[in-house]
Amino acid sequence: MKIFVCVKHVPDTAASIKLAGETGFDDSEIKFIASPYDEYGIEEAVSLVEKNDGEVVIVTVGKDNAVSTIRSAMAMGAHRAILVKIDSQFLDSSLTAKALKAAIEQDGAGDLIFTGKGSVDTESFQTQYRLAELLEMPVVNEVSSLSIDDGKAVVEREIGGGEKQVIEMNLPCIIGADRGLNEPRYPKFPDIMKAKKKKIHEIEFSSLELDESKSMVEIEKLELVPERSGAKMIEGSVNDQADQLVKILKQDEKVL
Amino acid sequence: MSKTGVLIEIDNIEVKDTTLGVLTAAAGEEIYALVLDNDAAKVKDKLALYGAEHIISITATGDVAASPDLQAQSIAAAIKEYDLKAVLGTASSTGKDLFARIASIMDEPLVSDCVEVNIAEKKAKKSHFSGKTFADLKINGDFFLCTIRPNSIEPAEAPAAGNIIEFNTDVKDPGFIKIIETKKGGKEKLDLTEAPVIITGGRAIRAAENYKMLEECADLIGAAVGASRAAVDAGFAPHSMQVGQTGKTVSPKLYIACGVSGAVQHFAGMKTSKVIVAINEDKDAPIFGKCDYGIVGDIFEVVPAITSKLKE
Ligand SMILES: Cc1cc2nc3c(=O)[nH]c(=O)nc-3n(C[C@H](O)[C@H](O)[C@H](O)COP(=O)(O)OP(=O)(O)OC[C@H]3O[C@@H](n4cnc5c(N)ncnc54)[C@H](O)[C@@H]3O)c2cc1C
Ligand SMILES: Nc1ncnc2c1ncn2[C@@H]1O[C@H](COP(=O)(O)O)[C@@H](O)[C@H]1O
Repeated sequence: MKIFVCVKHVPDTAASIKLAGETGFDDSEIKFIASPYDEYGIEEAVSLVEKNDGEVVIVTVGKDNAVSTIRSAMAMGAHRAILVKIDSQFLDSSLTAKALKAAIEQDGAGDLIFTGKGSVDTESFQTQYRLAELLEMPVVNEVSSLSIDDGKAVVEREIGGGEKQVIEMNLPCIIGADRGLNEPRYPKFPDIMKAKKKKIHEIEFSSLELDESKSMVEIEKLELVPERSGAKMIEGSVNDQADQLVKILKQDEKVL
Repeated sequence: MSKTGVLIEIDNIEVKDTTLGVLTAAAGEEIYALVLDNDAAKVKDKLALYGAEHIISITATGDVAASPDLQAQSIAAAIKEYDLKAVLGTASSTGKDLFARIASIMDEPLVSDCVEVNIAEKKAKKSHFSGKTFADLKINGDFFLCTIRPNSIEPAEAPAAGNIIEFNTDVKDPGFIKIIETKKGGKEKLDLTEAPVIITGGRAIRAAENYKMLEECADLIGAAVGASRAAVDAGFAPHSMQVGQTGKTVSPKLYIACGVSGAVQHFAGMKTSKVIVAINEDKDAPIFGKCDYGIVGDIFEVVPAITSKLKE
């Protein structure tokens, strides 16, 4: 089996974001990671290949420093990687999907493509669908369980309120991974060392002849969501506290 | 005024409340309510009351319910037929999935999970970096799709004609995927991401059965019950109830955190809630530094007291 995993290089969710200019953020000092849902995709791909043979290829569209995220995916067991190099911090989903498609087609078709259910930086929730349309493949997102048999994939996807759909599709297909699919492994030291020697093939975005000015969506301004300054504490006996809280929520805040 | 579609979500022959907020988001435009594979006549009055000038009842040949691709194709056909300039929907699981499919088929822009949209100026605002920043987005082109984060826009009545138009399409199902079964949910009655009020129990809940205490309170005010990761990992609640970075992103009008310490990864999933209340026995719990109202106390005393006040 040849499996591609699309991995996005994003700021650690625990990092505090400092803005730089109107539309960017300071990415020089914060820690970056593989977008958390993409990790479930990496784990699933690696364990499938461990069982069925084959290789796992990471595909990333990102800046030079995305190499650190690619190495961590390799330490989890991915075999090689393709990095499509861009200069900007944000590339819209449509162009990203086109770049992913080009990278995958240059490498040669695979049996399966994993993505995360959504990236945790831009939270766009669509790249996998656009890629599926470009590659003319089936796609199911928010997948929390997968079984593959006889060229068919059967997946489960939560649709809210704990309800789940069971969906069937033919391979090759795209699967957007969600929590529940597996528990991503922690790489051990020898795996981290081995990962350093694995091959990363770099492609310049400009060589793909995609027009970067043709983006469908642009960021005009980024602003920090104001931190709450701290709670107004409600004092008194338990009964008083409950009474005051209900009054505040009903009368002042009008949320009940 | 531009021709604006709103995809209607219906649950048990009732228009979902979150959908009414989406109709309000399109106020001022000529609204086309898009009702797919459902009895439009039953929801006509409600849709008209909240601003739908036209109601397009979309039917297609084939097993529409089993094929999200066929649903997307049918809606795309209606968008073209009525020459809509924008289409809005709810950022629910189904909404996000369908809109991404429609955007891909049509190769048009999609802005997802927005808290504000300006249809005339083609601008939208949404969360980036798990609620740490808001991004103002500019949308290029003549047409766009947008999903709205549940509860971010308060529904307001705006009576309109609500004329039903039948639209039957013969688009073909690409036959790529098939829903073969729908498994009923657990004890959660309300979908977390759409609930207007959420009461969450953290590790302090100590046992699965203690969620009953939160459910009793939640039932009184139409709230949904959530859990922290620590509570899910301890086996007290299923993952579908988890709020946070690796769980659901929610943005209710009111979020009540009971026995939750306030980790960044938890806040990543609920930071944009309108009002946040914390109940914690530790006066130094980090959550008190990041919420609107706090009560220092034992959840097993405070929650029942709130429940009985709500009953009064
Ligand atoms: C990659 C990653 C992803 C994560 N994703 C998530 C996520 O999606 N969601 C999430 O929630 N967490 C997530 N976490 C975990 C997060 O860091 C915290 O560990 C978790 O949120 C803690 O849950 P808690 O607040 O319920 O438990 P604790 O931190 O143990 O807090 C329990 C609180 O309850 C209080 N308490 C105890 N008993 C009582 C009582 N009787 N009455 C009142 N108060 C009481 C205590 O004072 C304490 O403040 C993630 C972590 C990582 C590293
Ligand atoms: N720049 C990128 N490089 C590689 N994969 C990406 C990139 N952007 C998005 N993806 C993949 O598409 C998924 C959905 O991303 P998004 O549409 O941004 O929410 C992510 O979880 C990734 O798997």
